[in-house]
Amino acid sequence: MAGRNRLPKGGRVDRSKPVSIVFNGRTLAGFAGDTVASLLIAHDIHFVGRSFKYHRPRGFLSHGSDEPNALLSVDRGPGKIDPNNRATVAEARDGLVTHSQNHWPSLEFDIGAINDVLSPVFVAGFYYKTFMWPRRFWDSVYEPKIRAAAGLGRAPDAPDADRYANRHAHCDVLVVGAGPAGLAAALAGSETGKRVFLADEQAEMGGTLLHDLTSAIDGKPAQAWVAEALAELRSRGNVTLLPRSTAFGYYNHNHIALAERLTDHLDNAPAHLPRERLWQVRAGEVVLATGAHERPLVFADNDRPGILLAESVRVFVNRYAVAPGRKVVFVTNGASAYAAALDAAAAGIDVTLVDVRPEGDCGPELAALRAKGATVLTGHTVLAAAGTRRVTGLAVAPLSPAGKIGTRKTLAADCVGMSGGWTPSVHLFSQSRGKLRFDPALDAFVPDQAVQAQRSAGAANGRYDLGEILSEGFAAGSAAAGGDASRAFTATPTPTGFSPVRVLPTDADPARVKAFIDFQNDVTAKDIHLAVREGFESVEHVKRYTTTGMATDQGKSSNMNALGLVAGILEKPLPAVGTTTFRPPYTPVTFGTLIGPSRGPLFDPARKTPVHGWAEEQGARFEDVGLWKRAWYFPRGDEDLHEAVARECAAVRQHVGIFDATTLGKIEIVGPDAAEFMNRIYVNGWLKLEPGRCRYGLMLKEDGYILDDGVVARLAVDRFHVTTTTGGAPRVLAHMEDYLQTEWPELNVFLTSTTEQFAVIAVQGPKARELIAPLVTGIDLANDAFPHMAVRTGFICGVPTRLFRVSFTGELGFEINVPADYGRAVWEAIFARGGAFGLTPYGTETMHVLRAERGFVIIGQETDGTVTPDDLGLGGMIARAKPDFVGKRSLARPDLEAPGRKQLVGILTDDPTLVLDEGAQIVADRDQPIPIHALGHVTSSYWSPACDRSIALALVEGGRERIGSEIFVTTPSSFTKATVTAPAFFDAAGERVHA
Amino acid sequence: MLLIPCPYCGDRPEIEFRGGGEAHIARPSDPQTIDDQAWAEFLFYRTNPKGLMAERWNHAHGCQRWFNALRDTVSDRILESYKMGEKPIGGGRA
Ligand SMILES: [Zn+2]
Repeated sequence: MAGRNRLPKGGRVDRSKPVSIVFNGRTLAGFAGDTVASLLIAHDIHFVGRSFKYHRPRGFLSHGSDEPNALLSVDRGPGKIDPNNRATVAEARDGLVTHSQNHWPSLEFDIGAINDVLSPVFVAGFYYKTFMWPRRFWDSVYEPKIRAAAGLGRAPDAPDADRYANRHAHCDVLVVGAGPAGLAAALAGSETGKRVFLADEQAEMGGTLLHDLTSAIDGKPAQAWVAEALAELRSRGNVTLLPRSTAFGYYNHNHIALAERLTDHLDNAPAHLPRERLWQVRAGEVVLATGAHERPLVFADNDRPGILLAESVRVFVNRYAVAPGRKVVFVTNGASAYAAALDAAAAGIDVTLVDVRPEGDCGPELAALRAKGATVLTGHTVLAAAGTRRVTGLAVAPLSPAGKIGTRKTLAADCVGMSGGWTPSVHLFSQSRGKLRFDPALDAFVPDQAVQAQRSAGAANGRYDLGEILSEGFAAGSAAAGGDASRAFTATPTPTGFSPVRVLPTDADPARVKAFIDFQNDVTAKDIHLAVREGFESVEHVKRYTTTGMATDQGKSSNMNALGLVAGILEKPLPAVGTTTFRPPYTPVTFGTLIGPSRGPLFDPARKTPVHGWAEEQGARFEDVGLWKRAWYFPRGDEDLHEAVARECAAVRQHVGIFDATTLGKIEIVGPDAAEFMNRIYVNGWLKLEPGRCRYGLMLKEDGYILDDGVVARLAVDRFHVTTTTGGAPRVLAHMEDYLQTEWPELNVFLTSTTEQFAVIAVQGPKARELIAPLVTGIDLANDAFPHMAVRTGFICGVPTRLFRVSFTGELGFEINVPADYGRAVWEAIFARGGAFGLTPYGTETMHVLRAERGFVIIGQETDGTVTPDDLGLGGMIARAKPDFVGKRSLARPDLEAPGRKQLVGILTDDPTLVLDEGAQIVADRDQPIPIHALGHVTSSYWSPACDRSIALALVEGGRERIGSEIFVTTPSSFTKATVTAPAFFDAAGERVHA
Repeated sequence: MLLIPCPYCGDRPEIEFRGGGEAHIARPSDPQTIDDQAWAEFLFYRTNPKGLMAERWNHAHGCQRWFNALRDTVSDRILESYKMGEKPIGGGRA
């Protein structure tokens, strides 16, 4: 059964292709080409959902993407449940399973509908007024309850099983909207061979012409003209047609984002196809032909199922061949609804029309409809709709020119088509930051000043007559392609014009009726009145206070009624009230579409060292450091982190450990002026550093705070091998390039990132030299020939190496730099020799503990962008005799020299087993009145195997003067007592590195 | 997303670049001789204009070169870009 409201003929549905869908468990038949909405209407189903706040029964308001009410959950199988699909957009396909939303236990019997009775409680600003106190109720009661009750539909609870694609594309002209204006624009724009994209949100291109049975263009029926135009465009190789593609975001420099729906409409979607595709189009010029939205009329209970926009009734009848009702009352304040009434009457539907305008203000459309025998009541107002789950009639009354309401009577109806006039769809124009202008003749905001390379055409530009729309579209398309062609189209005149009315006059107490402005967010005229009365006069404030226009439909149907009402209450002209800001997306976009393939392992790139695979095989646990995956610790058996780290630390201190330091940033600085450049970038002096020697370098930002640190080796007079922190490498290179290119272009220096070129193997511990000695050739490893902080080039395992004798552990140590491709081979060769020496691989956690025992800082852990060298006790490294270096002048800023700055110190808790929290606050006296003055915070905190107790580093006000004194440190529940010490806990004199 | 004209590579999307703030703020040639106020102005004070602004960009994920661009901070239109050491021609790009 195709449904009792399926019209016997006509429409653009394919009657040779039956489909059936499931709605709330009922299987319903329809045809290919139906939307879910038209298919349900064919079965006389209008009640398809409950509203957001009052849980009122709701049906279809519109026929397209501006639909606020008919939101359904679509179930395409596991991981493919998608809430909030507009039934007017979702294409019916065989086997589609849909459910209504926002009700419990069922659509028909819904507990939440009690809200409708309690509605005097739910006034504008209800949330702000009610949930203010008691304060502690917010977290425990209000928020969880509100969250449970709020929201439209249910978020899916399984990972999205679909695949999404994305594409970047360029074109000369992007035309958005394939109605008459867009088609004409695309025809004109593509004539000269320019690349033209034509995108339309609907399955079928043609826009309003798809439901226009009476207009002719250049002597052809409108739909025949569409077919010819599309055939012509398809035949042009420079044209790309993008149906089912919604331009939802208009960003800077003609960067437009489109969501293309690829498979949801297919009966049997091939599994390999992506569900949707995100297009990021960079267009030379854009033509916005996005049409207009019809406004509802505002009267009591104007939200009852069966009450639609007038033009939507026309679309359902003409395009989908379904009758939204058998007895339709149209209510209008303008001409366009007459065309809908005429078409409905022609389809055999019983039609009555109520026009708010006095007889004398109506145009020729009035006589045309009366000539068909339809009843037309002019100068009438609607007082209320009757019916709850379906409209059953309208109470109407004559309206005298003075505004007096006459005797009411009820018109029986099973469907109402209302028209409150038209609003150009300026969303994308506004997103592009174009300026709007209020046109009083149109009672609407229209595009005025474009900011980007774009133009609007057709109804989006406030043009409603078909012939004018076509001509304007054609001229816009030609101009966008750099031409100046124009074409006059002969088209049937369109009935246009309306008399704005904000709320239909009524004799009822306005405080007792619900006349909806915003259907999706359940905002009534009464709410807007209350908001203005309470002092919200700015439209942006009224919007947020009442939530009008803030739902997923972005107020497409409600905006102008809300604005007009606010202006009317304030007795201001509408443009003085202004309009709200339109923001992307134009219609909701699936997260999957925005994310595309960037999920799971592809969410972020992963950087792995050449030793990564080996560490994996050894069972290492990894941690993320920036994009790098670093071996965190190497558990043996069922060791936990602390057991593994204690073992690794002991091995390094007593024997020897091996550590992958490849991630350290490396920059090669080469050129005749390399040393001078280094001198200006670092606080240290470099001119006297001999080739073959290393120095710990510290660099500042121009504001005097530490930017980064690292060991620097001078390989030759004109060549430095710089190391940076793992996370700091790109920042440091950019910083250096900035000064080199912009401040000191006279210096002859080249900077090259070499981070990826070297694998760095740190071998640390008393037996380090013994371990590597037989593998190294060409370098004398003897202590006096190769002292601490020296660098040599030679070979290890036959591989060229830059061998550093450096230590971040406090032990005798080497950092072996080899070409990255040899990294794993050299690592394994060293490891193979390690058994006799107790060689132990260790990870970043052990590295952190070992360096903290020695008091070595980590930039980004001990520092936070407000720390100077002196704060860390490193003031002695500054080469003060240098005339200048980056940050030098700032070190003399009063604040940076002031006493009482936070300084690096050690902290030892009275309870040696207590390991403090990093970030814990430090106070002098736990009993001082609140707010307690915080002296600083813990920056690093560990269990130290070497000290057999907990240790911590901290930044503390006047810290060095407090050494030896007691302080208190916060714990999760209270405070603990501790003593300030020097920031070194093991081998404070630093003798072990010289072994 | 802005489309930024690198003077060396041509138009490239904004994600390839790193912004460097207001342009044409010369680092004092001898910082040690200027007083705290003048140094603070060099470090921290920016004009933050509504309208045309010359600003520094680094083509970080491209040629790594720094250059300047004239951008309208209201419309985000970029009128021209030019190499370090050059002056804007002020006419705007086609
Ligand atoms: Zn470049």
